[in-house]
Amino acid sequence: MLGLTKRDTILLLVVAALTLFAPFILNPFPEGSAMAQFNAGYPDLMQRFVIFGIFAVGFNILFGLTGYLSFGHAAFLGVGSYSAVWMFKLLSMNVLPAIILAVIVSGLFAVIIGYVSLRRSGIYFSILTLAFAQMSFALAYSVLTPITNGETGLQVYTDDPQYLMGPDSPTVTNLFGLEMRATYTLDLGPWSFDFNAGYYMCALIMLIAVYLSIRIFRSPFGLMLKAVKSNQQRMNFTGLNTRPYTLAAFVISGMYAGLAGGLMASMDPLAGAERMQWTASGEVVLMTILGGAGTLIGPILGAGFIKYFENIFSKINDTVLHQWFAFMPDGLEDFMVFLVHPFIGKGWHLTLGILFMLVVIFLPGGLVEGGQRIAAWVRGRKSAKADTATSKTEPAE
Amino acid sequence: MSILEVKGVNKRFGGLQALGDVNLSVAENTVHAIIGPNGAGKSTLLNCLVGKLIPDTGSVMFDGQSVLGRAPYEINQMGISRVFQTPEIFGDLTVMENMMIPCFAKRDGAFEMNALTSIRSQRDVLEQAEAMLADMNMIDKREMLAASLSRGDKRRLEIGMCLSQQPRLLLLDEPTAGMARADTNNTIDLLKQIKDERDITIAIIEHDMHVVFSLAERITVLAQGTPLVEDTPENIKGHPKVREAYLGESA
Repeated sequence: MLGLTKRDTILLLVVAALTLFAPFILNPFPEGSAMAQFNAGYPDLMQRFVIFGIFAVGFNILFGLTGYLSFGHAAFLGVGSYSAVWMFKLLSMNVLPAIILAVIVSGLFAVIIGYVSLRRSGIYFSILTLAFAQMSFALAYSVLTPITNGETGLQVYTDDPQYLMGPDSPTVTNLFGLEMRATYTLDLGPWSFDFNAGYYMCALIMLIAVYLSIRIFRSPFGLMLKAVKSNQQRMNFTGLNTRPYTLAAFVISGMYAGLAGGLMASMDPLAGAERMQWTASGEVVLMTILGGAGTLIGPILGAGFIKYFENIFSKINDTVLHQWFAFMPDGLEDFMVFLVHPFIGKGWHLTLGILFMLVVIFLPGGLVEGGQRIAAWVRGRKSAKADTATSKTEPAE
Repeated sequence: MSILEVKGVNKRFGGLQALGDVNLSVAENTVHAIIGPNGAGKSTLLNCLVGKLIPDTGSVMFDGQSVLGRAPYEINQMGISRVFQTPEIFGDLTVMENMMIPCFAKRDGAFEMNALTSIRSQRDVLEQAEAMLADMNMIDKREMLAASLSRGDKRRLEIGMCLSQQPRLLLLDEPTAGMARADTNNTIDLLKQIKDERDITIAIIEHDMHVVFSLAERITVLAQGTPLVEDTPENIKGHPKVREAYLGESA
């Protein structure tokens, strides 16, 4: 289907089903129950899942295929957001022109940064991209205040020109009248599920982004990018110019980041310089490695995993812990709360850090490798049973 | 008629004269060996031919065109392929993918933005790569990772990758270095077969005299960065200057 192999089509359909039914999947616990705080099916968070999914899928095209580790991808995210908000200020609150401009501007930005940074490889490339991103951050934060509104952040004001704004146009972000914040809530007994227009638009765009990424992975161009990672010397002596290949990959992943930035602004028409900070660049690196760099689905898993931790674990506080351990004798209860306390609330980074280390050490291929190992183990058990039944032997070579 | 003309090439590394006034002419459709003791400048000369190094003075003409100042990929596209001393292959990719890359390079040139075409639909390249794998006797290893091949198979794969570009000049840098006797003989047989079946010029740098005398039609002896003699294998064998240069190393 759509020029994909059967396996890739199934993968895409699984991703499509997961995103389509995410409001159900992420809200498994009834409203008001003790476990309800683990529900992640509210519009804000679901939007962030898919937006950061797009960001990580794009980053993976550069890092996963060519092996060039960019530490400055947040710059494109920020550029995308600023461009989108400017479209809201100049035209109207329709998200379509905003998203298109975000992708174009971040692409142009990526051509410049990539052209300079790709003159070096390895750690020097990473440092160059980091330097560029920090420069962009500094520019956005202070020097370019007329464009970026400095530390306040860029937002839409009532006295903005908004040339395409009609008298009865919506004043919130919308897609040809469909408001991004529009949410239909389905109550089923104690359960409650939110279906948000903005989320579904982002999810659809993510599916397109994933589809394009699969096509790139399976193309001759994608093969060349893998070859860049494997052996540049052999590439050069096989008549292939590595420079345009790496630049193209850099620009494509920059455009993905800009798209993510544009979508962020479309969900919430704000853009601040902190979106470009190096911690944001580091986050997408973590997402990709945690999920599995160079795999198709890994970056999305990683993005979901990190965003879940950031939003759910950070909300658990000592009161919640005391509820959990209430069944224990008093002294023990306090002790358990004392033990767990550093890993929750503001300490969620600690939990994430430990998990990240465990994954990198024991599953270098990320969560995807974990899944493959489980699948292989299950299959191994099945075939072990089949083997004893037929006791088939392979001919030796 | 000669396909490669090297004239008056000098190359200095600081105080070391690596190449001093090297003249070399490789005739089309022959096997030309360049031999010499360690440090004679063989690899430096090779690097000057493929664009990895730029000579200080002199000219290198391939088929009437200068290669100097061109990037390695441009020189390769002109028709010169190089096999390295340690096999340079794409270790993280499968044998089949390794073989497809030079086929794409031959068909599409140095860069092609075909990001949305599927590899499976590129029948011509797939067929070409499979045919070459069959020629190299590696078709049963097509799904293996190249890094997991034996040393001899890596060498075979690399030679196959170079051949699938249909180069006019194939440069081999000690193709049997570090190989077991059996692998060396296999490589000699493979190169003989290539020489017999294809319109191709081969320039080979080699330490192993067994390999050199099994293949070469002309031999240039290099010592201390300068060519001593150039002659047929029969005449080289007993040449006094050659014996002197090797000083018992092969005598």
